[in-house]
Amino acid sequence: MNSLTTALARLLVFPGLLFAIPAAWFFLWVERKSVALMQGRIGPPFMQPFFDFIKLLGKTTPPRNGLGGLLMKAWPLIAVSSAAGAVGLLPVLPLSGGFEGDLILLLALLELPSMCIIAAGFSSRSIFGEIGSAREAVLSVAYNVVFLLAIVSIAASQHTFRLEGLAALQYSPLHLLGIAAILVCLPAKLHINPFSLPNAEQEIYSGPMTEYAGPELAMWELSHGLEWVAATGLVATLVAPHVTVWWLGVLLFAALSFGVVLLLSVVAAATARLQIDTTVRFYWQCTLIFAVLAISSALFMRFRL
Amino acid sequence: MNLWNKLMCYSRRRSPWLFHMNSGSCNGCDIELVASLTPRYDAEQLGVRLEGSPRHADILCVTGPVTRNAVGAIKTVYSQVCGPKAVVAIGSCPATTNVFIDSRTLDGPLDKHIPVDVYVPGCPPRPDAIVQGVARAAQILADRAANKPVVEVKAELPTEEVRQ
Ligand code: SF4
Repeated sequence: MNSLTTALARLLVFPGLLFAIPAAWFFLWVERKSVALMQGRIGPPFMQPFFDFIKLLGKTTPPRNGLGGLLMKAWPLIAVSSAAGAVGLLPVLPLSGGFEGDLILLLALLELPSMCIIAAGFSSRSIFGEIGSAREAVLSVAYNVVFLLAIVSIAASQHTFRLEGLAALQYSPLHLLGIAAILVCLPAKLHINPFSLPNAEQEIYSGPMTEYAGPELAMWELSHGLEWVAATGLVATLVAPHVTVWWLGVLLFAALSFGVVLLLSVVAAATARLQIDTTVRFYWQCTLIFAVLAISSALFMRFRL
Repeated sequence: MNLWNKLMCYSRRRSPWLFHMNSGSCNGCDIELVASLTPRYDAEQLGVRLEGSPRHADILCVTGPVTRNAVGAIKTVYSQVCGPKAVVAIGSCPATTNVFIDSRTLDGPLDKHIPVDVYVPGCPPRPDAIVQGVARAAQILADRAANKPVVEVKAELPTEEVRQ
């Protein structure tokens, strides 16, 4: 019973929905605002993502019928709930529970929104949606090898697939190498420049989102924001030093996530979109070396101990 | 009016997303529309976002005098924009067909085919005029959400002295 209430509190209050939804809007705003500032503009007002969300809720959607229509309505909901579940799993509060293997669940939940995007583009039957989905699929094959290898290397050096064990990690060069590899993968995971291939605006309209409108589009925006929270939160929990005071832990988590968001937005504003083959080459030729280095040294250390 | 409605009106006014459609314009107006998003005019302060897909848009910005070829496309795109929607005619071309009047390749002006809410005259109009027109259209959307009658703004024609 007690563990059930903690799990519900984590999913619904902190770091789950009650914290994650405002944080998602805030991060979306930071992304747009920092791009605007770097271009010498003033940019959108603070509440902009919230206004966009409310406005989208009040719009109509084109009629969809049949199984395809039903699926199109389901994808954004699945994406939002899995992203929210991923945020809820993050071990922000010390001694907040968790179970053996929750890292694997977190990785699966982080992957699900991108699967939903691929499926959504194909079920929309729009040519631009299909191109966008194909690109998303190629992109996810490219960065996931590096992303998973980096995380597994950190987990292997710690002998655990438990998130709390990873959060309590001591710094080591290997650990930093793994975090650097994760950071390199985040722009692709969040579809921002220079890897904004799937939703390449002005190039393939809006990619997989082309046919979406109204409340469904609002859900996509929200799931994108929640992915920001989950992905930056993962890095924040890996980087954060271990503290036992709960409010300090929360503050550190928020500050570190904000720092990562700022870093990613500045990179996004300063770069232009790469071609798909350049992207794949970047991940498979340049970044993979780091990941392989990280995992081989992790395994090596493990056998020596 | 309850709280949700008020919030909806406010959000509609603060978050106009545009879809830009060229119906055979000379490209003058299109450049000015893009210019209104640049650092000098920065329409994003009003929440404006240029969208890639008409499904996402609230406001359809049409430039050009509506050529015969464009009529079908205009009707399709107009029906693809999800409601509530508004149409802004940018430039003198969609309003009157401008210098191309009497051309046999045209089937304009724009309001022959779809209802137009705001006209932004000029050849091409200045970016600040376009921003003003978009803001006006967003206000119209908000008024519709509140079921308020839309107030017609009388066009202020330049007086003789200004024209000379
Ligand atoms: S109004 Fe003038 S600038 Fe605009 S499309 Fe027509 S001719 Fe070109």
